[in-house]
Amino acid sequence: MKSLAELEEIRKRALEQISLRDDKEKIRVVVGMATCGIAAGARPVMNAFVEEINKRKLTNVSVTMTGCIGVCRLEPIVEVISPDGSKVTYVKMTPEKAVRVVTEHLVNGRVCADLTIGAYGQEG
Amino acid sequence: MMQFYRAHVLVCGGTGCTSSDSPKISAEFEAQLKNYKLDNEVKIVKTGCFGLCAEGPIVVVYPEGAMYTMVRVEDVKEIVEEHLLKGRIVKRLLAGNKEADDVNKSLENVGFFKKQFRIALRNCGRINPENIEEYIAYDGYKALGKVLTEMTPEEVIETIKKSGLRGRGGGGFPTGLKWEFAAKSQNDQKYVCCNADEGDPGAFMDRSILEGDPHSVLEAMAIAGYAIGANQGFIYVRAEYPIAVKRLQIAIQQAKEYGLLGKDIFGTGFDFDIELRLGAGAFVCGEETALMTSIEGHRGEPRPRPPFPAVKGLWQKPTILNNVETYANIPVIILKGPEWFSSIGTERSKGTKVFAIGGKINNTGLVEIPMGTTLREVIYDIGGGIPNNKAFKAAQTGGPSGGCIPASHIDTPIDYDSLIELGSMMGSGGLIVMDEDTCMVDIAKFFLEFTVDESCGKCPPCRIGTKRMLEILNRITEGKGEEGDIEKLETLAKNIKASALCGLGQTAPNPVLSTLRYFRDEYEAHVREKKCKAGVCKSMMQYVINAALCKSCGICARNCPVGAITGEKKVPYEINQEKCIKCGVCMEKCPFKAIFKNI
Repeated sequence: MKSLAELEEIRKRALEQISLRDDKEKIRVVVGMATCGIAAGARPVMNAFVEEINKRKLTNVSVTMTGCIGVCRLEPIVEVISPDGSKVTYVKMTPEKAVRVVTEHLVNGRVCADLTIGAYGQEG
Repeated sequence: MMQFYRAHVLVCGGTGCTSSDSPKISAEFEAQLKNYKLDNEVKIVKTGCFGLCAEGPIVVVYPEGAMYTMVRVEDVKEIVEEHLLKGRIVKRLLAGNKEADDVNKSLENVGFFKKQFRIALRNCGRINPENIEEYIAYDGYKALGKVLTEMTPEEVIETIKKSGLRGRGGGGFPTGLKWEFAAKSQNDQKYVCCNADEGDPGAFMDRSILEGDPHSVLEAMAIAGYAIGANQGFIYVRAEYPIAVKRLQIAIQQAKEYGLLGKDIFGTGFDFDIELRLGAGAFVCGEETALMTSIEGHRGEPRPRPPFPAVKGLWQKPTILNNVETYANIPVIILKGPEWFSSIGTERSKGTKVFAIGGKINNTGLVEIPMGTTLREVIYDIGGGIPNNKAFKAAQTGGPSGGCIPASHIDTPIDYDSLIELGSMMGSGGLIVMDEDTCMVDIAKFFLEFTVDESCGKCPPCRIGTKRMLEILNRITEGKGEEGDIEKLETLAKNIKASALCGLGQTAPNPVLSTLRYFRDEYEAHVREKKCKAGVCKSMMQYVINAALCKSCGICARNCPVGAITGEKKVPYEINQEKCIKCGVCMEKCPFKAIFKNI
C-alpha cells in the first residue's frame, strides 16, 4: 500500500461487493417467483437482471423474489420499487425486456412505459 | 473479478456456532445452492460472532436482512428452496416474532439488538473476517492511513487521551496515558503487545473480536506503534482459541500482501510488523509482566512493578500492552474523533463495553452497551430475563478478580467506578447472572478454586493464602464450619490483597469479600445452623420421598446410580441417606413429583 488513494480505490471496489448488506435505501427489483411465474419463465428473466446488473456494476439495486401477485396471466411480473416507495409493475417480461429495463429504468431513470401493466391494460 | 450476487447468506463462524455445526450448515448451503443452480447468484459468507449465541447457529440472508436462528442442517434445504428460490421468508426460523409480516418487524421485539451500541463489535457478523477487502470496505485501515499521513505521534496520543478510553482488559487504566509513558521512554527499540490471553471463566469478547474482525486489532497496533515509536508488535493469544489463531494468521498474511504491515506503509517510511505468540492457557499469563515473560520464552511468572512495562517491558525495552477490545476501539476513535467517543458513556468511563452474559439468563451471548447502562437493562431488556421466571439474586462481574452485585443494586449504572464502589470490578466483561437457587458461598468457592488452580506459586500470599481460604470454604460448605471461620477468611483476604505480588493474587479474595459483604447471613447460616438455603451444598440437604405422593412405581430406584433407593409394590419407597450421593436423578425422574429436597 503506497498511498491513501490506493486504499480508497480498494475501499470503493470492496464496498460495491458488499453494499447489499447495508441498510441504505436501494432500488428493489422484485421478481414474481411463484409456480405461475416460474412456469411463465421468471427464472431466465431474473438471471437476465442479475447478469445485466453485474455487467453494468450497479450497486444501488437489489434483486429479490416474491410470490404470486394474483394476475398469473401476466407473468412473469417484475416490480421495480424506488427508495421513495413508488412502484412500477412490468408484465409479460422476457430476458430481452429485462435488459431494457436495466438500461433505461435502473440506469437512466426512465420508466419503460410500454412494458408496464398500465400499457398492457390499454392495449386490451 | 467483480460479481453481483443478488443475495448474500451470512453464516456465523464464531466458536459458539461452529461447535453447533455451522461449518456443516455452510457446506449444506453450498450443496443446495448448486443443486438449485443458484450458486452464481447467491454468495455464502462466513462471518464472526453475531452475539446471540444462545440462539445459534445463526444465518442472516441479505438483502432482506432476515435473521434465522437455531438453524439445523436439515433446515438449509427449506431456506434455499423457499427463501432463495421463491423469495418466501422461512418465518418459523426467524429471530424474534415469527409471525411478523416482514423481517424488520420480527426483530422489533428483540431487545437484544435494540439497546446495543456497537463500536468494538462493529464488524462482527457483518464482514468476512478472512477477507481484508471487506474490512477495508467499512473504512478499514483508513485510520492508519490518516495517522501516518496527517498526524504526529503526539497528536495521536493526545487524541486517545482526550477520548477518555480506558483499558478494557481489567484494570481500566487510561490508554492514552499508557501510550504517553511509553512514547516518552527513550530507546532504540520499543514493542507493542496485544493481550489476547482471555482467561476469565465465561468471558469471550476478545475471542469474538479476533474471530470476527482481526484486522481492527492489527490496524490499532500499527497506530500504537506509530504513536510510541515501535516497529514490532506481538499478539499473545491462547492456543485454545484455534479459530482466532487461524484468522489472525490469515489477517496478518493479507495485511502484509496489501502492504498494510511491513516496510514503508503508505509510502511514509513507517515500518511495522506483527508476530503471534501462542500461550498455553495459564490464567496468570493475562497479567502483563507474566505475559511478557512468557513471550520472551520463559515460564509465565509475574515480576514486581515498577519498573512498569512502559519503561522496561519486553526484553527490557519500553513496551505497551493493551487488551484486544481496547485496540478494537482505536481506529473508530481516530476516524470519528475523541469528542464523539467521549460523548458516549458516563463521566469517567467513556465509550462502550462488551459483556459476555452467561449463567441463569435467556439470551446467553455477547453484547456491547454504552457505559452507564444499568444492570437491569442488561439482564431484562437485552438478556431477555431469567429462565423459568426465577428471581434475580446477584450478578458476578470481573471473573475471579471481581465480585457479586446483589439484587438491591440492580439499577446501578455500570461503569468502572460504580462497580469498584460495589466491591466488584469491570474486569474483562464477564457477567454471570445468578438466580434464587444459587448458593453464594458455593460461588465464592468456585472462583477461589479457580485461582488456587491458576496461582503460579511465585509469591507465598497467593500460593499459600488462597489455599488456606479454600480449605476454610470447603469446611463451611461441607457443614463443618466453626465459629470464627468467617473472621479468619476476612483476615486472610485482607492480608493477601495487601501482600500478593501481582494482580491475580491481589484480587483473588474479591469473590469471597464481596459475597461476605452482601450475603454474610448465608455464610452464618452455613456455619451456625449448617443450612444452605439455596439447597446447593450437598452435605446440608437430603432427598426425601413423600410417602403420601409415592405410587411405588420404582422408577427412582431403577435410575438411582448407587442403588440407594429401595421399596416394593404398594409400599412407599425410601432413600438410604448413607448411600445417597445427592445427584438428584430420582427427583428428576419421578413422574409423580413425590421426591423433594429437604433443606
